[in-house]
Amino acid sequence: MGAVNLLFVVQRPPYKSENARLALTHAIASQTAEIYMDDGDSVVPIIVFVGDGVLNMVKDQQAMKVYGVTSTESHIKSCLLIDLPVWVCKEDMTRLGLKEENVITDAEDMGAELKTKFVSFADIQKEMESVKHLLFF
Amino acid sequence: MGELTFGVFSSLVGSMSLDFAFKLAEAGIAKGHKVNMWLSGNAVMMAKKGQKPFKDYSHNEKLMKELMSKGMEVTVCEACAEARGYHKEDVPEGMKRASMDWYLAKTVKTDKLLHIGGE
Repeated sequence: MGAVNLLFVVQRPPYKSENARLALTHAIASQTAEIYMDDGDSVVPIIVFVGDGVLNMVKDQQAMKVYGVTSTESHIKSCLLIDLPVWVCKEDMTRLGLKEENVITDAEDMGAELKTKFVSFADIQKEMESVKHLLFF
Repeated sequence: MGELTFGVFSSLVGSMSLDFAFKLAEAGIAKGHKVNMWLSGNAVMMAKKGQKPFKDYSHNEKLMKELMSKGMEVTVCEACAEARGYHKEDVPEGMKRASMDWYLAKTVKTDKLLHIGGE
């Protein structure tokens, strides 16, 4: 079968529901999925934030301080750390008044090299058409 | 016939999405498909056996067991279940518990993945 491409599409904002966190934890779980697969098979995820979901990308989240739980930000940075692509819809950022300086652009503090990619909805749509499975959260 | 995998994230009570998932699984099995179901998030409410059926609330345990007897594989997210106080001994007979990578691995071989989101 080889590599299977998956696109995790996050539409919901953080903390109001578990959706965004589940998208991130499931995407990160791709790292260990091979234990259930045949030799040579793998899953290649991309996580993309669209609509109100782009609010997950706001930086300096204080979930640990306020709620005593890990932040969505820490999970997003973990994605970058394991070279899992994180995409954000540019049009939806504009709609919500978010600029690049307001959002998580990297995880250099954790030692990650990969950076957030700001993409147009047309690019996202193209990716949606090319992957084997779409997972909406 | 093909292989279908449903990732379900809706709660048993408060939404009909989980009921829909089981009905769809029933239809898939009736057509001869192999069906896998991953229960995560609030859908792990299914991982508690002995729930009392009331007519005012959804109750899918009977149908789930019937479908499992016909070959449906049901696996529940272990971390989501433990976080809600549903332990290994609570799981209905035949249901498996695994980490999220089980679901990701199923996406490789399955012909169609249907992701039924949470609240």
